[in-house]
Amino acid sequence: MPVEIDIEHVAKLARIDLSDDEIARLRTQLAQILEHAALVGEVAAADVVPTASPIPRANVYRDDVPEPSLPVDEALRNAPERDGDRFRVPRIAETGA
Amino acid sequence: MSAPGYEAVIGLECHVELSTATKMFCSCANVFGAPPNTQTCPVCLGHPGTLPVPNREAIARIIKIGLALDSEIAPHSLFHRKNYFYPDMPKNYQISQYDLPICVGGHLDIELADGTARRIGITRVHMEEDTGKSTHGGGSGRIHDATYATLDFNRAGVPLVECVSEPDMRSPEEAAAYLRELRATLESLDVSDVKMEEGSLRCDANVSLRPHGTEAFGTKVEIKNMNSIRSLERALTYEIERQTKALDVGEAIVQETRHWDEDAGSTASMRSKEEAFDYRYFPEPDIPAMEPDAGWVDDIRASIPELPRARRDRYVETLGLKPEVARVLVGDRGSSALFDAAVDLGADAVPAANWITQDVAALRNAGGDDGELTAQHVADVVQLIAAGAVSNAGAKQALEASFASGEPVEAAVDRLGLRQVSDTGALGALADEVLAENPDVVQKFRDGKEGVIGFLVGQLMQKAAGAANPKVAQELLRERLQG
Amino acid sequence: MSAELCDLTGAELSVRLAAGETSASAVLASSQARIDAVEDTVGAFLTRTDQLASERAAELDAYLSTGAPQSPVAGIPVALKDVFTTNGVRTTCGSKILETYVPPYDATAWARLAGAGAVLVGKTNCDEFAMGSSNENSAYGPVHNPWDPDRVPGGSSGGSAAAVASGEAVWALGTDTGGSVRQPASLCGVVGLKPTYGRISRYGLIAFASSLDTVGTFTRTVRDAASMLGVLAGHDPRDATSLDVPVPDYTDGLDRGVAGLRVGVVTEAFGEGVEPGVGASVRAAIDRLESLGASIGEVELPHAAYALSAYYLIAPSECSSNLARYDGVRYGYRAPGEHADSIEMMFATRGQGFGPEVKRRVMLGTYALSAGYYEAYYGQAQKVRTLVIQDYETAFERFDILVSPTSPTTAFRIGEKADDPMAMYLNDIFTIPANLAGVPAISIPSGLDDAGLPVGVQLTAPALDEPTLFRAAHALESALSLDLRPPLLQGAG
Repeated sequence: MPVEIDIEHVAKLARIDLSDDEIARLRTQLAQILEHAALVGEVAAADVVPTASPIPRANVYRDDVPEPSLPVDEALRNAPERDGDRFRVPRIAETGA
Repeated sequence: MSAPGYEAVIGLECHVELSTATKMFCSCANVFGAPPNTQTCPVCLGHPGTLPVPNREAIARIIKIGLALDSEIAPHSLFHRKNYFYPDMPKNYQISQYDLPICVGGHLDIELADGTARRIGITRVHMEEDTGKSTHGGGSGRIHDATYATLDFNRAGVPLVECVSEPDMRSPEEAAAYLRELRATLESLDVSDVKMEEGSLRCDANVSLRPHGTEAFGTKVEIKNMNSIRSLERALTYEIERQTKALDVGEAIVQETRHWDEDAGSTASMRSKEEAFDYRYFPEPDIPAMEPDAGWVDDIRASIPELPRARRDRYVETLGLKPEVARVLVGDRGSSALFDAAVDLGADAVPAANWITQDVAALRNAGGDDGELTAQHVADVVQLIAAGAVSNAGAKQALEASFASGEPVEAAVDRLGLRQVSDTGALGALADEVLAENPDVVQKFRDGKEGVIGFLVGQLMQKAAGAANPKVAQELLRERLQG
Repeated sequence: MSAELCDLTGAELSVRLAAGETSASAVLASSQARIDAVEDTVGAFLTRTDQLASERAAELDAYLSTGAPQSPVAGIPVALKDVFTTNGVRTTCGSKILETYVPPYDATAWARLAGAGAVLVGKTNCDEFAMGSSNENSAYGPVHNPWDPDRVPGGSSGGSAAAVASGEAVWALGTDTGGSVRQPASLCGVVGLKPTYGRISRYGLIAFASSLDTVGTFTRTVRDAASMLGVLAGHDPRDATSLDVPVPDYTDGLDRGVAGLRVGVVTEAFGEGVEPGVGASVRAAIDRLESLGASIGEVELPHAAYALSAYYLIAPSECSSNLARYDGVRYGYRAPGEHADSIEMMFATRGQGFGPEVKRRVMLGTYALSAGYYEAYYGQAQKVRTLVIQDYETAFERFDILVSPTSPTTAFRIGEKADDPMAMYLNDIFTIPANLAGVPAISIPSGLDDAGLPVGVQLTAPALDEPTLFRAAHALESALSLDLRPPLLQGAG
């Protein structure tokens, strides 16, 4: 049974503008892929512990010793738009996120 | 204050910037107030290909905070990614913690002005990273009429501890007391600057009302943008009143986030969003789990100093201070340290505390710093007064001098001619003179007008050029008058 | 005709350099001439670094002439998949959204090669953000397989594979998340290594799927792969997932042979969907192993069937988060024109800057992680992962090495599978399980099929057992003694 995906909602979460064509195509393609992917649900694995990482480690830390930061011009070198020593962007609306 | 029908239910969510030497996941220096974008690197700018590595000292500090709050330190905890988009978020996800935080549970004991004690529960304390800072441009500088924004990422990646309380507070006063106590506790741990004015301590509140005697929670409203403890109290007072008015006329409370406007003295709804945030949490694949070993936790526990609560208790029970005085003293780290040192030097606790919380505090507030004052100065002042060598007024003057220049109190006393003579021999001679020169006043006293002794004391003080101990002077005169 | 310098192995060149028989500059000139000759056909490179390379080669020659100790990679032309950050050199990930991005730092893997004297000839084309199995998803056009320019080189590291196959570079780095080094190696007739996850630092490897991404190598021989790994491997304090274990000399014991080695043939890997030519070539290679003294058995990886499904939940989920940073704020493409606000700008930037496959995977991952679906999709996929790890552990109790075809097919035509994502995803069916488990695997050529297209055989070993992997692969490679040279190069200089 094909999955019904609210493509517009997902695109909003992912912050990607999609054309109508893209929306239609993605709706079909994602449903197909998900049908396949959902096979993972078939595996009777109720008591199986999920693996977060293939070669697990624990307690990896860094010493609290400062290293030089980037010179400010390096930090801004790739800025699409610059305002003095800051990055400039269009106005930030109140809703955010 | 809640209206008679409703009980306020308040929880606080506090964010604490740790004062570690470096950021949470990279080795950029962690300093406040640097020129924009001078404390950044590919990692905290979210450049492609970069990876986070947790700061061990930050973890040690959050464990310390958890222990001080009596939390359980989780034997296994994870970082999770909290995914959302915002221009001040370099990766558009924040590395935070979700269902496996480092510290679980705990409590903070608070004391109100009237002496009431309450235990406020802590739900959790977890580790995350701070965002960059945006400045709104092209309008008034406020967000609502801006045409563009600029970004400074110096703050991005600074270690941030989030401390979530249980909704155990029942009044704005309790909330303020909680924040005060939390701040004092964190300050004593030396983990953060905890300056609300600099943003190293921030606080959001959740407020709901329910009819007295009921258990179900009402709809909660989140309040943001309170920049001081006083602000918090004002905002909560306003919000409780707003909700009360609404409920009284049968209006439903909308679950939302409201912004406290300090100037207007009110909370306002932030433009409502079409959907609640979906953070799509999943375990951070770039950082292995944290499983702090018992030895490390024990070492951290051993490094925790005397906490404010314990110190207040010690001041009251062992040193005999009044609870209000103890509270004020412990509320300021500098004062508390000065007091402890002065007592160690032999000063009597009660007067030392009074001097520090009143005159010394006034000098520090006026001067903006601690001046040149030391515990020795305080101890000497207490000493000199106890010996009657100087009057209160004189001591105050000497103290001011010592604060400004650091000169020893005795030297200041002598230099300013503040020494008060208490030597009964010398004063006795002057008393005889005064009585001899004012026979009619003496007669008035003996006729029953005891009040005139004040005039005689004044005369004696004049003869002694002000350097007489007025109490001793009066005693000597009275002796002679009555004898 | 005598082999050009650019067609020699790294080991051979290293010997000649040490003996003073050739120079880094001469080797570089040879590679650059080859690039000039074939690049219009192959299209392996997005950025050539000729100037930097010449300067570097000159420095190397000065250094080598002093007789100072020489690393196996010193003076040898290398190409980097354009997902490795190179300080001061444009890095695009095959995407429009990073078209002008110039990193301010070097990837650790590159820094180690550079520090040992490697000479960078250029950044290679790849599927956008490493997502694909054919290199048709690059925003800069496809790469053409040197064996037949109408066919794909495989992906996502198609450019690196093609560059080594065509002699444009002696060896190259790629990345392998679901097979993106092994599969193109197989389709291009070269050796492709995916070491143990965490063996090589990921710092500077622009992330696609964090728990799966692995730095890998393209070389002409197994010996060269072993040499490169020795330089690349090791703990990096900037990568918290990098393993803190010693790095052995991987070229040591390469010639031990396979007598007594227990080799398990993965039974599911010979079912339908595998081209007859591929099956035959790989079976012949297995027979060869047996004749060399290995004992051959059959093994099942029971959950391999679910591995593809798990991968297509885990990888997109992680990538949807890893690619969130591409928003036009701090670097990269920003959608031109006026925007109502910053968030609108992000919508437009990402809508215009990402290609269709990237959008597909980001959307899929966003959905799989979204409220209500985490447990059913990502959570469940990570459980399948545990089962795959257990499958390998069980298999490695009875066998030292597992063997299968690398890819079910040889190189297919450009455009043939481009409109069918599911068909495309099936290319990785034999390579994905090793990424889920983090175990090392290598693809070496097993021969050509009847159409003259390369076939690859994949060997897999337990975690951190690259020595056994190399030993078996080297023995097989020596026995097969293939001399593969794409038709493109007959007559090429």
